[in-house]
Amino acid sequence: MSAMRGGRTRIEARFARLRTEGRAALVSYVMSGDPDLETSAQIMAGLPAAGADIIELGMAFTDPMADGPSIQVAGLRALKAGITLSKTLAMAAEFRRHDTETPVVLMGYYNPIHAFGVPAFLAAAQTAGIDGLIVVDLPPEEDAELCLPALQAGLSFVRLATPTTDEKRLPAVLANTSGFVYYVSYAGITGAGSVDADTVASAVARIRQHTDLPIAVGFGIRTPEQARDIATVADGAVVGTAFTDAVRGSLDPDGKATATTVAAVLDLTRALAAGVAAAASEG
Amino acid sequence: MSKPNSYRAGPDVAGRFGSHGGRFAAETLMPLILELETAYRAAQADPGFRDELDYYLEHYAGRPSPLYFAKRLTDHFGGAKIYFKRDELNHTGSHKINNCLGQMLLARRMGKTRIIAETGAGQHGVASATVSALFGLPCTVYMGEVDVERQQPNVFRMKLLGADVVPVGSGSRTLKDALNEAMRDWVTNVDDTFYIIGTVAGPHPYPELVRDFQSVIGDEAKQQILQAEGRLPDTLVACIGGGSNAMGLFHPFLDDDGVNIIGVEAAGDGIETGRHAASITGGRPGVLHGNRTYLLQDDDGQIIEAHSISAGLDYPGIGPEHAWLHDVGRANYVSATDADALAAFQLCSKLEGIIPALEPAHALAHVAKIAPDLPRDHIIVMNMCGRGDKDIFAVAEMLGVKL
Repeated sequence: MSAMRGGRTRIEARFARLRTEGRAALVSYVMSGDPDLETSAQIMAGLPAAGADIIELGMAFTDPMADGPSIQVAGLRALKAGITLSKTLAMAAEFRRHDTETPVVLMGYYNPIHAFGVPAFLAAAQTAGIDGLIVVDLPPEEDAELCLPALQAGLSFVRLATPTTDEKRLPAVLANTSGFVYYVSYAGITGAGSVDADTVASAVARIRQHTDLPIAVGFGIRTPEQARDIATVADGAVVGTAFTDAVRGSLDPDGKATATTVAAVLDLTRALAAGVAAAASEG
Repeated sequence: MSKPNSYRAGPDVAGRFGSHGGRFAAETLMPLILELETAYRAAQADPGFRDELDYYLEHYAGRPSPLYFAKRLTDHFGGAKIYFKRDELNHTGSHKINNCLGQMLLARRMGKTRIIAETGAGQHGVASATVSALFGLPCTVYMGEVDVERQQPNVFRMKLLGADVVPVGSGSRTLKDALNEAMRDWVTNVDDTFYIIGTVAGPHPYPELVRDFQSVIGDEAKQQILQAEGRLPDTLVACIGGGSNAMGLFHPFLDDDGVNIIGVEAAGDGIETGRHAASITGGRPGVLHGNRTYLLQDDDGQIIEAHSISAGLDYPGIGPEHAWLHDVGRANYVSATDADALAAFQLCSKLEGIIPALEPAHALAHVAKIAPDLPRDHIIVMNMCGRGDKDIFAVAEMLGVKL
């Protein structure tokens, strides 16, 4: 199934619809295979109805250098439960059979894709109905590796811009970015800091001078209030660690899913979606 | 693959050695990595930088280190003439100080006020803590919990030197995880912090600049062997974890056609057991810690934990320049098991009065394999890159001796 819908990608269509609704996107992160494949598939399937506008599907990696402890251990739980990149793609394909509208963006590190083989991976991702890729350790300097082939295959390549990305570098970072720009709200690892809406507002304004793409902001958004504040100044609020924390908090002492695991994540999604919606009514 | 005009020209502007190397780093770090490269180019062009580094290498680290003819081992094996490049005699007990002094002077030029480092055996951690003490900068060293346990003397040494040693409990709790944690610190403290990477790995320009700072080993060895023997050696041997001591010895000889170059990886319990740290012998190309190189990984691209008796070789990757030298066939990469290294450790102690670190004991284990069958006029230079004081507790335990 193609990511294109009537000449527009699913990501473009989603942001266009949100613009008409006058609100920002809630981008929800789910670690594929955490705590097990079936539970994470149930979480993913429930996210759109709970208010997630875009799904970031985490690809587990043993050495996630930009992630804090919560996402690190979520990945290790998933790997222990047997997740592989193939299974992640199969899970995304199953989701796509029931939901043809919600954009799904794969997020992770390059080595599992490198091991899969770039052409094979891009073909499989397209077949699975994946819309975009966020690969933390592929800066513009390495665009020939995956970014350019992905764009050629019709997938969006969502780039991270950070507080250290200065004026001089920003055009290079944005050059091959598509879908949306992911602004990292602070210099650090996921889950370590807290977002500051004023600082983010000026950063978003700075990036807007260089691009017409929607700008989503992530790192440090955990609560509905923070989601509201960010949704006021950006086109999307990305929440990751709060979700892996919610999974972890619901597990039994052996680290297995319980009857509350799916509900814990979806309840959090509803609360965050309400926060994002509150920004729209205020705005 | 056609033979390049020079094996010493790499990396290219993108930081590649053939298909290896590169800059596979998070965006937050990219501006810092580019800034580091700019600062390094400026330092290279400044004779004052080299002069200052040479001053500290001579008067603080004790260079040049001797090139020593190991007569008793030579007689014992009954074949090739064995020379040791005695980098274990450097201040702090290993070759690591060469690189740490270089990077510290670079950090000062860049106005950085805080040092971080990762360490496996603790040798790089000790060297980083040492130069931090020397220049009065705070230093945080990340070290896997497993390594903290097996390298207690170095942990205490770092603390005496004023460093903050942070045990890393994530992943396999060894060197690769210490590197991950150091990267996480760096990405968090981008303004004031300089990351002294201890080996010829990481995003460009680290593999290049660490190699350059370590090349003093090979430059000296070349002069010294010419003086001692009137000719270049036939064979160079060095152990390889990330590969900084080996790269330092090899690089100045890469364009000397007659010199056979051998890197010795750690085979742990044996390559066939899967419990080893031999990235080239038992791995395949992948991307980790900022560069493409040979990695121990499963079919899904997940990194496999390395195993070695030596904490300093216990790393699932190898520097990208080594990966390229392997691809083009300029260097040979072999391996030695824990048992081989332990035997060489004991033999060297008894025959030469030199207690080697477990890391170069791997190199010596390979020398022990090849020397007996080589002619008596065959010259081997082996890098004795570290001393074994730090290892005596671990070795005692393995030999069943209670201290």
